[in-house]
Amino acid sequence: MKKIREIASVVRSKNAGPFQLTLDILFDRETDYRAVKERGMITPAQIRSMYSLTPDEPVRIVYFDPALAVKIVLPRRTPAGNPGDTDVYGAQQHGPLLSLEFDL
Amino acid sequence: MKQFRILAPTAILGYGFPVGSFQRGLELEPHLIAVDGGSTDPGPYYLGSGKPFTDRAAVKRDLRYMLVEGVRRGIPVIIGTAGGSGAAPHLAWCRDIVTELAHEEGLTFRLGIIPADVATETVVEAFRQNRLTPLEGVPGIDETAIRACTHIVAQMGTEPFAAALDLGCQVILAGRAYDPAVFAAMPIMQGYPAGLAIHMGKILECAAIAAEPGSGADAAVGILREDRFELVPLNPERRFTRRSTAAHSLYEKSDPLRLPGPGGLLNLTACRFEASGDGRITVQGSVYEPAAKKVKLEGAQPLGFRTVCIAGVRDPIMIDGIQSILSELRQRVDGMLAEAGIAGKVWFHLYGANGVMGSREPARSQPAHELGIVIEAVADTQAQADTICSMTRSTLLHYGYPGRIATAGNLAFPFSPSDLSTGACYGFVLCHLMDYREDMFPVETVEIGGSR
Repeated sequence: MKKIREIASVVRSKNAGPFQLTLDILFDRETDYRAVKERGMITPAQIRSMYSLTPDEPVRIVYFDPALAVKIVLPRRTPAGNPGDTDVYGAQQHGPLLSLEFDL
Repeated sequence: MKQFRILAPTAILGYGFPVGSFQRGLELEPHLIAVDGGSTDPGPYYLGSGKPFTDRAAVKRDLRYMLVEGVRRGIPVIIGTAGGSGAAPHLAWCRDIVTELAHEEGLTFRLGIIPADVATETVVEAFRQNRLTPLEGVPGIDETAIRACTHIVAQMGTEPFAAALDLGCQVILAGRAYDPAVFAAMPIMQGYPAGLAIHMGKILECAAIAAEPGSGADAAVGILREDRFELVPLNPERRFTRRSTAAHSLYEKSDPLRLPGPGGLLNLTACRFEASGDGRITVQGSVYEPAAKKVKLEGAQPLGFRTVCIAGVRDPIMIDGIQSILSELRQRVDGMLAEAGIAGKVWFHLYGANGVMGSREPARSQPAHELGIVIEAVADTQAQADTICSMTRSTLLHYGYPGRIATAGNLAFPFSPSDLSTGACYGFVLCHLMDYREDMFPVETVEIGGSR
């Protein structure tokens, strides 16, 4: 098993507009990226449990070959900057991803 | 082969740039100096209140270099999304700075002003006729919410900038604009492929953020050719790399392969990034797919007034019971507010537990040795928000929770006064597409004279 920090140089989160959150993982090596992509090693179920998504909250996983990157898109529960929001820029929502491990 | 060079001094007007980088950019003889000043990232407050999120002195400093060198050398200077959100008060704020600088520096030029405001009635009419399309994830709206928006802006594409350039404007100051538009308008007018021009604009709008190490406060140059574009770092500390440039295409986007904009889609499926030496990157294969012309609307409505209180807890007994203490406290405060006839809402931001991720926090059972509590109270008036915050704070301070042995007070306040009235707060309402109309972004030209 490899920890995500051994194979990814960037793990980050950010708003994609005020109503969505996007999580990016950028892998260091093409072989790791290909394995993760082709073997579907990041699953919607995994993300759903990690981010406590309810069944009606959609999650989307998109691969971007030129950057050896995978992008995960989640809805925000509170729009950016509304009363009660906790992270206006959405830049600190990536923490749970750092516990990911891959069978590589 | 002909080429079109663009100097992007900084990621957001007011974020700054080293003078050396700017000078090296000028040495490459740019055909255009452009910057986008805006973002919705800082939240709805700035669009809603009409206030800029950048500092006036910092914006003036950046603009001084851009205007003095641009006007002296006859290089067009284009500024998009003035004042951060690009509504009428933001545009007026930035226009005032431009005029002030022109007088101070004795500059003479034709200024093009392009507002991006959309009349409330226009949006209401479009809503009634089902002509507003929400972007992905945007919740439903109603007419009341649209009418409550203090400023409604539309993101302009390249057309209004082209119109202003046709009118001979040396400097163009625009309201809310699609970020790449300030960069792409002029080369598209000259016949360069829109896909490459817009993709280059997408990267240059963040200036050196796409370099390694990235910086929002440094300059970069883009060189556009008919079949490719090249990114040039201007600081010996930075390089564009395949990774950094490709990674940037992902940034803040929900789909990295298809990037929608006004009037079309930027398709990066066939895009290639190649190193071309000296820290430069060459990009090919970006394709523009024209579509029905739409503009993206943005609008924020007032959601009341906010008062906050920051406090800390170091008592292990209280930390152990914090969730039940706060829910009991909430019930008690709700009762007191009902009795006093005050409507409002309280949030507890619990740092050390789930202050950052809220209900999405997966780590539920790792108590910290100290907790930060931010009490957030929101109500229809500032006075009511103050009352709610004060009542919540004083009740929590002396709350006799089960097992308490520290009977002198439950909270450590870093400040006196403990409560901060932060004014109006807002929420985004409009994040919708509407049909583009040619008269949406009228260009006003002003002759700026140069009396010192």
